[in-house]
Amino acid sequence: MMKFFSLIPVIAIGVLLLWAGQDFPEWGDVESPASQSPVSSHFIGNTGVDTEVPNMVTAVLADYRGFDTMFETVVVFIAGIAVIAILSGSTTGRRRRKDHEVEAEPDIIVTNTVRLIIPILQIFAFYVLAHGHVSPGGGFQGGVVMGASFILIAISWDLEKAMSRFPIKMCMIVAALGIILYGGIGLLSMFLGGEFLDYAELEKVLPVSREMARYHAMLGVEIGVGFTVTAIMFALYANLASEGRLKEGL
Amino acid sequence: MIGLEIFNTFILFFLVVAAVTSLWVKDLLVSAVVFGVYSFLMCLLWAEMGAVDVAFTEATVGAGISTVVMVATIFHLRRKSND
Repeated sequence: MMKFFSLIPVIAIGVLLLWAGQDFPEWGDVESPASQSPVSSHFIGNTGVDTEVPNMVTAVLADYRGFDTMFETVVVFIAGIAVIAILSGSTTGRRRRKDHEVEAEPDIIVTNTVRLIIPILQIFAFYVLAHGHVSPGGGFQGGVVMGASFILIAISWDLEKAMSRFPIKMCMIVAALGIILYGGIGLLSMFLGGEFLDYAELEKVLPVSREMARYHAMLGVEIGVGFTVTAIMFALYANLASEGRLKEGL
Repeated sequence: MIGLEIFNTFILFFLVVAAVTSLWVKDLLVSAVVFGVYSFLMCLLWAEMGAVDVAFTEATVGAGISTVVMVATIFHLRRKSND
């Protein structure tokens, strides 16, 4: 009965949203406000000149609105810390066995397949991270793929095996290191005479032009984002799968 | 161009099917997996519209990590939903 009553507002809001959606401009419409705004044409015209980065999305994310991306990384970090803080204090005593759980050795087919996949996955993560300037990708996606490779170890063997490769203390250090790297590049450009996250000033310490300094500093902050996301994704999985015990998960 | 129209209609149809299914099924594990399917269809739509960065993020975070995290959580719950 409750399901029926909750269906009424769901359908009403759905109809409202569809109705409001008709006011959206056509896909790829040059007359739409987003295409008419001087901000878009500024980025489209100047990104390549300012930063020499072909992928505009990366340039906007890591440079033009670098402050925003920095605190997005901090949000990911805080979310991970919060999950660990809540879960590690909440569980006491021996866990209950669930009926769908069976004691089993890691499956030989699964583990051997994963053995083959993981190196490719990790190299792909580095490629995505380092190639974020010229092709889709960047620190966030690369970090998630890297974290997924550790989660794959935890799923196909057990959590202890993955934790021996990437202990939770190491996770926290790497996650904090990522933010320190990002903020450090920002502060360094401030000490060199620019504003916070004004990467062009890094030309004073790097043997490159102002444009290429922005290019390389973007790679630096992407690596910072990648560190934090890798560590937090794995720490999140490890804590959720084992109710904060960090052993015999799933 | 007509091919893209068919592609979009196809994807949007299955998007609605996946969304309704993930709410409808009683088994939370099935619900989480169908939600992953939803994310992946969304990823195809983003890629088709040329937002490849968003599609990439949707594929890794939406279809990958969130499904894994949801499955990890569901293993510690009762699998059947009450309503």
